Amino acid sequence: MIRKREVSVREAVQESLDCVAALDGTLNCFVTLDGERALARADEVQRGIDDGTLGGPLAGVPVAVKDNICTEGLRTTCSSKILYNFVPPYSAEAVCNLNAAGGVIIGKTNMDEFAMGSTTETSAFGVTRNPWDPEHVPGGSSGGSCAAVASCEVPYALGSDTGGSIRQPGSFCGVTGLKPTYGTVSRYGLIAYGSSLDQIGPIAKDISDCAAILEMLASYDKKDSTSVKREAYDFTSALVDDVKGMKIGIPSDYLGDGLDPEVEAAVRKAADVLRQKGAIVEEFQLSLVEYAIPAYYVIASAEASSNLARFDGVKYGYRAPEYEGLHSMYKRSRSEGFGEEVKRRIMLGSFVLSSGYYDAYYLKALRTKALIKQSFDRAFENYDVILGPVAPNTAPRLGESLSDPLKMYLGDIYTISVNLAGLPGVSVPCGTDAKGLPIGVQLIGDCFQEKKIIRAAYAYEQARGSWQGPADLEKRCDRIPEHAASGEAAGPESACVSKEVG
Amino acid sequence: MANRISDETIEYVGILAKLELSEEEREQAKQDIGRMLDYVDKLNELDTSGVEPLSHVFPVHNVFREDVVTNGDDRARMLQNAPKVKDGSWQVPKTVE
Repeated sequence: MIRKREVSVREAVQESLDCVAALDGTLNCFVTLDGERALARADEVQRGIDDGTLGGPLAGVPVAVKDNICTEGLRTTCSSKILYNFVPPYSAEAVCNLNAAGGVIIGKTNMDEFAMGSTTETSAFGVTRNPWDPEHVPGGSSGGSCAAVASCEVPYALGSDTGGSIRQPGSFCGVTGLKPTYGTVSRYGLIAYGSSLDQIGPIAKDISDCAAILEMLASYDKKDSTSVKREAYDFTSALVDDVKGMKIGIPSDYLGDGLDPEVEAAVRKAADVLRQKGAIVEEFQLSLVEYAIPAYYVIASAEASSNLARFDGVKYGYRAPEYEGLHSMYKRSRSEGFGEEVKRRIMLGSFVLSSGYYDAYYLKALRTKALIKQSFDRAFENYDVILGPVAPNTAPRLGESLSDPLKMYLGDIYTISVNLAGLPGVSVPCGTDAKGLPIGVQLIGDCFQEKKIIRAAYAYEQARGSWQGPADLEKRCDRIPEHAASGEAAGPESACVSKEVG
Repeated sequence: MANRISDETIEYVGILAKLELSEEEREQAKQDIGRMLDYVDKLNELDTSGVEPLSHVFPVHNVFREDVVTNGDDRARMLQNAPKVKDGSWQVPKTVE
């Protein structure tokens, strides 16, 4: 519409800002919103479109960016008190690519602190609520990004996925979220959690948008030593409505035990749709499924304990007001700045890396990771795509998950192994449960085979028909008093809102 | 709980993690880490003898380049985020008596 000049960029951005103003008092998708900056940028992009320098499909489209991705001049907090005032002096490579394509960032979205969590409840800036039912969580850790897309506050958003953090909230919020093959999108400027697992990816209303956004985000980047030079980046060429002869495997060990029957039924129905379109769908034994979570928590916590050592109150972020000497300043700044879940993982990580335990825990986990990778390798000898659930349940109620961290970790059982093996995966809405909460189906591809999962997702969408977001959004949000959970006072009334730590 | 974390261990972890824990937090941490390790012990069911630890999924190698400075002098911008600045540098508490 922007390209056809039906809508000006400023109008599109203003519409987004108006929607945020109407809904975000309840949903709390944004940690930082900068309307003034976005409108100025909108005019700049409009000039680029008018003089022909910007012509891509995403030029002028408003976008929200997860708050662990650095944006020059725009506060980036990781939803943590320890970075409550951090304004990056540079942008992440993915953000540079987005800007070069004419994207207009309207703000930064809420997340679990340092992406550690599955509900967006560990944020220091208050919980984000699920647009489908504000009494439920949006999932996490990219909960703010997914809820913002589900509520149409923005047409698309960037998230990051370390153990399911794009796909699981995508499923809970009824939006499409894609985690690319490790190394596809540069991690430069993504504040690291588990460096060997982290990937930035798109969150949008359907697979066509996700493919176009990925095309824009992906690039080989010398500044990220794990960046991979890919042969082709034309992901949109896979938007083809044809799965005839495509071999799709459903891991039977993903079904049954622990999986909500309503979720299983919806996922099986999605598989049937692809079968009817000519795909060869069968069940198989993936094996080792139950070992992915323990291996993941050892590896991710170990990497986190090392990555988060840089937050010490010296160069940026929070410094404790009172201390005696340098070490006391480090310790107090960190102890006061980090939340409970982050401290828990830093301690576990420090423990498994300490001498005497390194072999028994850390190396054991890396050996398990090798076996998990091998079981996927074997599966992809027989199948083009693996299909399964994204999460065992639909979105839980607020407050239900945090009391038992171990139970929360178990919710990542179907997403985590994908990160361990570096594979691409996408979550596509495939139904709702009896409570009216969305269910997602996950499509997993072999490394660098994004096009296969994009093709399968596209073919599925064509048969499923257009996906309806939550109806009567404003009414749903009206039921909840503004920021009831976090006790925050200000909704996004002014053009620029920088929330304070809740 | 099979894994019991001693006071000495949690003290040591606190030093490694550079965290200062209250008495209550220490007890909670002992519980949490113990429970997590019980769960992680599940990995011992797997025979991993002869399996090489996999740190990276692709056969990537260290990326080298010529040591040429490509960025400019960003001192002022870097210091904008500093909690405390003195004479164009980050200021920290006295470290040497």
